[in-house]
Amino acid sequence: MAITVLIIDDSKLARIVAAKTLAALQPEWDRIEAGNAQEALDTLGKRKIDVAMIDFNMPEMDGLELAKEIRSIHPTMPIAVITANIQDEVIARAREVNATFVSKPLTEEGLRGFISGAALRLRSSAA
Amino acid sequence: MMASAISEVLNELELDALTELVNIGVSRAAFSLREMVGEQVHLSVPAVELVHRARAIEILEGREAGQLVAVHQVFEGDITGRALLIFPETKSLELVRAVTGGELSLEDIIELEQEALAETGNILLNGCLGTIANMLHRSLKMSLPEIIRGKGTELFSLAPPLEGGDVVMFLYINFTVRQRDISGYIVMLMDIPSLTVLKNLLSEFIERATDGMAS
Repeated sequence: MAITVLIIDDSKLARIVAAKTLAALQPEWDRIEAGNAQEALDTLGKRKIDVAMIDFNMPEMDGLELAKEIRSIHPTMPIAVITANIQDEVIARAREVNATFVSKPLTEEGLRGFISGAALRLRSSAA
Repeated sequence: MMASAISEVLNELELDALTELVNIGVSRAAFSLREMVGEQVHLSVPAVELVHRARAIEILEGREAGQLVAVHQVFEGDITGRALLIFPETKSLELVRAVTGGELSLEDIIELEQEALAETGNILLNGCLGTIANMLHRSLKMSLPEIIRGKGTELFSLAPPLEGGDVVMFLYINFTVRQRDISGYIVMLMDIPSLTVLKNLLSEFIERATDGMAS
């Protein structure tokens, strides 16, 4: 079963970096990009998405609010919130919605744990 | 260079990369400020605009009409410019109270104001610029923090003027400590020669960030 990852970041460069980092870890997974929360929600309404990688600091709706909204529709979807903002409150809010905190600037090493966990969770729920 | 061309010095992806670097730098710096005040620091999405000094003053004064206080530091290296942490003067004692833990008397707070502002500014501005410089693989030398007071016009017209003439880059990010009613801006100013160097560094950074990941 093909796995599709939705990458949400208002920065085009950050989306390119996220897509390349993901491709290095999971070349088989499909990647779709969204430039803001609304675009992400529209995409989620239209097609099957298995994993979400969300930037935190975005205009309009921030990444944690978006994660919360996605979580209410998709209780088991692996969600990562990617940010350089390591304040306790931000990390705690990510935990509350059961999202993985991944730090920016994004590296393969930094993303590996989340992606391995997501692969495992998707395999076990498919089985 | 024509005045109208200033906003076009950086292409879309370079401006995007710069905004992202500022975002990462300030997010990290906010962690330090959070440690100091013990409460969450909320950040706005950074806005980066290439404008003339007159327009930068207009933007700032449009947002903050009263007297302002700023922590000012000069940075030097491949890129030279000024970084300012700016907030309304009425909030300055509140910020000092927040970083000193709220145990001090008003007299003590007033006495410590300069020092506490300089230290806060130093941590925020260094955290922000240091992160950006590291990601661009360059080092910047930062001057000691200096406190200045005035309106936008005074803050953006410091002597000596930047060597390359008119100041063209203006970026701002708003930070807020909600429980304390503190908010302020981080602003960076640089001239056209520095902006040209920055353009090249950004283009190298984009190259590394995108192609480097593919290998």
